Amino acid sequence: MAEATPKGVLTTPVFKNNPIALQVLGICSALAVTTSMSVSLVMTIAVIFVTAFSNLFVSLIRHHIPSSIRIIVQMTIIASLVIVVDQILKAYAYEMSKQLSVFVGLIITNCIVMGRAEGFAMQNGPKLSFLDGIGNGLGYGFILMTVGFFRELFGSGSVFGFTVLQPVQDGGWYVPNGLLLLPPSAFFIIGMIIWVLRSLNPEQVEENEFRMKANTEPKEAV
Amino acid sequence: MAQSNNSIKKILTVAFALCIVCSVIVSTAAVGLRSKQQFNQELDRKTNILNVANLYEPGMDVNDTFASAVTPRVVDMRTGEYSEEHDPATWDGFEARRDPAASRTLSGEKDPAGLTRVENFATVYLVGDPEDPEQIILPIRGQGLWGLMRGFLAVEGDGNTIVGITYYEHAETPGLGAEVNNPRWQAQWDGKEIYGEAESLEPAIHLTKGGASGENEIDALSGATLTSNGVTNMLQFWLSPEGFGDYLAKFRAGVSQEAAQDADVELEAEGA
Repeated sequence: MAEATPKGVLTTPVFKNNPIALQVLGICSALAVTTSMSVSLVMTIAVIFVTAFSNLFVSLIRHHIPSSIRIIVQMTIIASLVIVVDQILKAYAYEMSKQLSVFVGLIITNCIVMGRAEGFAMQNGPKLSFLDGIGNGLGYGFILMTVGFFRELFGSGSVFGFTVLQPVQDGGWYVPNGLLLLPPSAFFIIGMIIWVLRSLNPEQVEENEFRMKANTEPKEAV
Repeated sequence: MAQSNNSIKKILTVAFALCIVCSVIVSTAAVGLRSKQQFNQELDRKTNILNVANLYEPGMDVNDTFASAVTPRVVDMRTGEYSEEHDPATWDGFEARRDPAASRTLSGEKDPAGLTRVENFATVYLVGDPEDPEQIILPIRGQGLWGLMRGFLAVEGDGNTIVGITYYEHAETPGLGAEVNNPRWQAQWDGKEIYGEAESLEPAIHLTKGGASGENEIDALSGATLTSNGVTNMLQFWLSPEGFGDYLAKFRAGVSQEAAQDADVELEAEGA
């Protein structure tokens, strides 16, 4: 990221440099909260809020953060923001906060938030950092919503809670796929998203760490 | 600047200032939103109680209806009598389960629901006339597959016929165990009977695989054997004399006396 432009920091994390698909960060919550789209949406908004503001505050005080305690300083800021988000959800979106339960609190340990604060906000100005936070939150949200869409559609036959495929439990014809409601299914979907993104952008494919030698004729032992 | 940033004085100043600022922000949020959060929790609990009693309609004023239709009372589960020791509006049995003075330890066969400790006093909710309720709503809880499930069971005034069941807190698998909150599954509880024989204090109600037929049978949840076992076990516990068995027995006795009186009247009428 040599020269960061406001537009660049906002859009590259969504497809080109996606925190989940390319950097493979923040997987844990992507597995846990994607059983339905509405929950994924609330989680996305919460993460966008936390990454944006933690980046902003870290960037604002970056010249005063002693390098020996910089991680603790970042964690304190992130943790405070997460508690505020959790309290707001409990007050204004009680049903949602019940469904998200511990995962709002676990945003503190989401590697994306930490990674952006340490990797971007410590070197860049407040405005850019704020946009970078939003961009990375959007990148995270894009994966979350895609995974949530497939899991909710095939796992419970609905999208955003509206029934699309009438499941057999409610007298319809669609037999829901139970696997998609369990966390491992998100691994498969995320894997396929990574496959698609890397086929579209071949430069994302990492170089092999070592190259196999071409087959050589085995010499007979003397 | 890097030099001065790493002096001990600067480190302490930054750390201290940051802690003060963050704690002020966090405590402001917590204190400022507390009343709103408690209101939400209360509303959620009341909505669940009205829901299990079939009194809930979307869009209704939950607080008003709750105040006019439902009377909370505290029951001593050891005797089955109402207790005046605790205020029903504020008593929280779930919180009291860890209080040695107000709870007891369960072990072995006496603890099918996996609770370990249970409170002595529980809040029940009476719908209609508190002296002769139309419905009695009992708090129930027990281990499911992934964790504690908490809910309410609504029983008719005869202390035997079930009106409905609902869970407001559980961690069961979505689509499998979490179907305990599927209205279609919940609907089949209506009219089922808790006890097999009139004199028995052991609950006969249970979940069964492959089609429920009897008065005491409920269809198990498909693909969720352990959740189904959890539901059966918690009913076994809460409806036994360890739970609300003695309390419900009073209602059942009242009903059988009335029935006997009715029969006497009929006999006399026939004799005359």
